[in-house]
Amino acid sequence: MSIKDIKKEFPIFNNKIQNNDLVYLDSANSSQKPQVVVDRIYDFYTKEFSNVGRSIHYLAVAATNLYENTRTLVQKYINAKDKNEIVFTKGATEAINLVANTFGQKYLKEGDEVLLTELEHHSNYVPWHYLRKSKGVKIKFAEMDENGDVTLETIEKNITDKTKIIAITHLSNVTGAILPVKEITKLAHSKNIPVLIDGCQGAPHLKLDMQDLDCDFYAISCHKMYGPTGLGILYAKKKWLEELPPYQGGGGMIREVKKEGITFGELPNKYEAGTMATAQVIAFGESIKFINKIGIENIEKHERELTVYGEEVLRKNNSVKLIGNPKDKGSVLSFTLDGVHPHDIATILDEDGVAIRAGHHCCQILHEKLGLSATARASLGVYNTKEDLDQLNESLNKCKKIFS
Amino acid sequence: MDLKELYQEIILDHGKNPRNLGKFENFNKDAEGYNPLCGDKVHVYLKLNENKEIEDISFEGHGCAISMASASIMTELMKDKKNPEVKEILNDFLDMIKQSPELKSQLIKEDEKTKLMSLSGVKQYPMRVKCATIAWHALASAMDYKKDENDSEKFI
Repeated sequence: MSIKDIKKEFPIFNNKIQNNDLVYLDSANSSQKPQVVVDRIYDFYTKEFSNVGRSIHYLAVAATNLYENTRTLVQKYINAKDKNEIVFTKGATEAINLVANTFGQKYLKEGDEVLLTELEHHSNYVPWHYLRKSKGVKIKFAEMDENGDVTLETIEKNITDKTKIIAITHLSNVTGAILPVKEITKLAHSKNIPVLIDGCQGAPHLKLDMQDLDCDFYAISCHKMYGPTGLGILYAKKKWLEELPPYQGGGGMIREVKKEGITFGELPNKYEAGTMATAQVIAFGESIKFINKIGIENIEKHERELTVYGEEVLRKNNSVKLIGNPKDKGSVLSFTLDGVHPHDIATILDEDGVAIRAGHHCCQILHEKLGLSATARASLGVYNTKEDLDQLNESLNKCKKIFS
Repeated sequence: MDLKELYQEIILDHGKNPRNLGKFENFNKDAEGYNPLCGDKVHVYLKLNENKEIEDISFEGHGCAISMASASIMTELMKDKKNPEVKEILNDFLDMIKQSPELKSQLIKEDEKTKLMSLSGVKQYPMRVKCATIAWHALASAMDYKKDENDSEKFI
């Protein structure tokens, strides 16, 4: 599949949005869906629907197989050692909550430290915050430097003998910084500290290899990977999933239930209580196949070229100030425009069909550090082109004109 | 609806050069309005006398052109207004921003109506309504108005 024609695979681009061709630059928020993913949801509900893992009729067995096929596809995609290291959740947020909750419950006590960074999305801070209240755990933030990076040295400086877990983003959704997660994991492990990586922005854009990366936990958001909403993935090393207590109780996750006690099911059922997002899981299998067909290396190359091009175009525009100049940058272009508030930018761009995000992007700690209440952000996906970025620039000039 | 209606000259003017901007010394009432969606803040300061008349009013804050212009126009309009009038104008404005095609209150002069109506364009942009109302909600808190139990859009 050639990247040049990739827009055709996404039905949203076939229709005008408010009489404009859609220039979608909000993929860090959520990506658009290829036809194969949309079709898979329709087909499953119209021809194959059944709940999974319970009944033994034909449809139930077939659906269970489809559901488990996705688990295997994900395992291969991220090169996890075992398919039972893949846990489906309702989102990356739930994946991080699962770890904060169960790890916190079992291993953290008053005075222990959780090390985050100033780059973190609220979903990798707020779940840990609860442990402050319930357990008296201390949360530390490794500082972001003037380039929007967090370096290995800064992480090292913040580790103490009280540090019990390090939870960091793979790729900042604001500055675009790609953190040296492998080196950080190696350092943490040398001090016996487990590492959770928030891979919401990493998984859709970078080649992943869990065995090489060696992190303990990796959280993935499926709707940012050309997949359906309502679905996330927690990768966790098997020893953690065996050691940690279950997160939620309910049907499907038990072995035996008696009035006097309950035993829990084997992996991966232990962490998948209740009826799961079955159609979404099955459709997400198509997202992985779609990515594999193009090749994640090709996606990465394409997006890196576009990021460089976007930076060039925006740098030439004297009124635009780019936010973040990290050493290794993912496909995120955050910026401000002299004299125009990001919300006004977003509304004006929207009139031209250019969809960006404005605000704090769920990163208020980071924005406080920048001394800004809001920024504008154009973020890229596989379907974007240089023309999209030219249109962005042209529409920014229109903003300037209105506000001049 | 086009952008020219949303970003009218009057909004751009007040957005760029907000009137009554900055805290003044002898205020005796204040409140902050906050939009969690975007992090924008507007802090309203009042000097209320015994008759609950607004002797002085100002605001501090950061935000988009719509929120700054709305705060600026509001402070100009509310100066020297007394308590029941303030409430009536406030409810009338909020009603107009959300649904009503016009301002109904007799307390608002024609030229003031023109200024307020310049904000009516946000109706077409549901995500921006909060920008236009943030300062007004802060004023309602500073005046100790409560939300009507039967109509959460109205202050009593």
